[in-house]
Amino acid sequence: MTGTMLEVQDLWVEVEGKEVLKGVSLNIPVGETHVLFGRNGSGKTSLLMTIMGFPEYRVRHGKIIFKGEDITHLPPYERARKGIGIMFQRPPSIKGVKLRELLELCARENGYRIQELAREFGFEDFLDRDVNLGFSGGELKKSELLQLLVQSPDLALLDEPESGVDMENIEIIGKMIRKLLQKDSHRPRQKSGLIITHTGFILNYVPADRGYVMLDGRIYCQGNPQEIFEGIQKHGYEECLKCLKRMEIPQS
Amino acid sequence: MPEKNGNSAELELEKFIPAKKVEGPKSLEDLSPEEIERFREVGVDPEETNRLGTFIQADCQVLSCHCEMPEGVELLPITEALRKYDWLARDYLWKAVPPDKDVFTKITAEDLDNGYFIRIRAGEKVIYPLQACLYIRTDQVAQRVHNIVIVEEGAELHIITGCTTGPHVVSGLHIGVSEFYIKKGGKLTYTMIHEWGEGVHVRPRTGIWVEEKGVMISNYISLDKVGSIKAFPVCRLKGPEAVGQFNSVVAAPQGSFLDLGSRVILEAPKTRAEIISRTVCYGGEVIARGHLIGQAPEIKAHLECQGLMLSDEGYIIAIPELEAHHSNVDMSHEAAVGKIAREEIEYLMARGLTEEEATSLVVRGFLNVRIEGLPPELQERIDKAIEECRKGM
Repeated sequence: MTGTMLEVQDLWVEVEGKEVLKGVSLNIPVGETHVLFGRNGSGKTSLLMTIMGFPEYRVRHGKIIFKGEDITHLPPYERARKGIGIMFQRPPSIKGVKLRELLELCARENGYRIQELAREFGFEDFLDRDVNLGFSGGELKKSELLQLLVQSPDLALLDEPESGVDMENIEIIGKMIRKLLQKDSHRPRQKSGLIITHTGFILNYVPADRGYVMLDGRIYCQGNPQEIFEGIQKHGYEECLKCLKRMEIPQS
Repeated sequence: MPEKNGNSAELELEKFIPAKKVEGPKSLEDLSPEEIERFREVGVDPEETNRLGTFIQADCQVLSCHCEMPEGVELLPITEALRKYDWLARDYLWKAVPPDKDVFTKITAEDLDNGYFIRIRAGEKVIYPLQACLYIRTDQVAQRVHNIVIVEEGAELHIITGCTTGPHVVSGLHIGVSEFYIKKGGKLTYTMIHEWGEGVHVRPRTGIWVEEKGVMISNYISLDKVGSIKAFPVCRLKGPEAVGQFNSVVAAPQGSFLDLGSRVILEAPKTRAEIISRTVCYGGEVIARGHLIGQAPEIKAHLECQGLMLSDEGYIIAIPELEAHHSNVDMSHEAAVGKIAREEIEYLMARGLTEEEATSLVVRGFLNVRIEGLPPELQERIDKAIEECRKGM
């Protein structure tokens, strides 16, 4: 597959009457990984939730095109079955349901060997525990990524994959994401990703093709992710605001 | 809506036909394959794979009563056991359950249909469960059953009792008096699966005596439609360090009235009790009771009562009670009734499950009580029953 994986066109979204996205557009080609920078509350998670299709994120205007199909009004499970997967920042726990059982459901018919995959990332002992119940920060991320790996989506939406993860585990998390996005593959990549980060640390482990800065529900800046990240590290998001003023981009 | 105090209108006993008045089947061969299939649904395996023995009673007829290990475990129809052993009536019958407890025990004391007598000899430990099926085959029948189980010193036994009705039974009454006597160091795991019809009324009356270091584990499952069930087993922990554990997993569809719970009286020092109940209500009426009475020092007792409301119809009333009569006791309870978490449903939908699939998975997880020390055989049976119920939701 070549061409565009995801196209977001002028997306306006509200949650409980409050506008959270104000005309977002972006385009992720097949095989590319894009990164979304921005402060807490800038609308990054809202964008991911809207792409996944959660009903409380009401699309007022705009379109979401996935592999050439308008999915703006499809329920989440249909989007999942078409090939979109999401890694939650704070996933809920599900009492009485074993992780193994959920992984089997995620895998559907793609025949992933759950046991082997869990062993590869040192997560075998968690297969027979209740989903996410009592998991530490790093364990939650591994649980999320293992679910995504067996689901094997064409487009992975990753919400702050490095938050709450200690240094020892971040390497494994990075490895899991690279596998998910075929980063170590020599063949032309078929998997795309959209990663949210506000620290940017994940870029040390997962190379990205393009970066965006999101402020107050809008994407203002895009370019080389490493350069954007370095800029933010040096000057903070304040500088982005100043830069905007200099460019005098219209605010609506 | 009826009064929410558990006193649903009294049953008119004269409307039911005594089981002895109907012509029952003479043997298992008289039953249809459909009927045999119903046994399987309540954990009674007709092929008896990995079973120690089988007791099947249809209406008042005992159709099957045999045991693989007759020297260690004795299984008899209660009427026969009472003829065989004088001491049974003298020392056990109606001791843990008073015959004048209520109208149901009275009419069972007056004229008994049958029931099982099970005794495991001292020191015997068996792995495979013994299975019993109490079956109402004829419409409008009132079945009166009396069971006695004796676990002698240091013995261990598992029993699965499945209760169900024939495919054409619309209404019926089942009165099941059960008395359990667990001697010093003995252990009984008793799993009961109820799958009655929607017009069937069920009145179990259960008494349990547990002596020193004895253990009673009771698992109760009712996931199908039923007219009404009112059950409140009373367990007396009579010897030091005796243990009583009561787990129940209950679903209440519309039209069902369930008044269920357990009472454990901790009479001796260092006894322990736990009552865990999980209830899913989708239109039915549920009263979930639990009563722990601490009468001796150094006892420990806990009650956990959780309910899930899946619709705006029906109700759950959770009534946890703790009663302490001694200063040195450790007793606690937690009760929670709520709705299904939207967040969990959406999480699963993002993994590709439809809303219905996600809901049934969360409900099944909620009902999934892992019981420590339960043989895999029985756990499997419970999992299967919950799986079956998932289809009906």
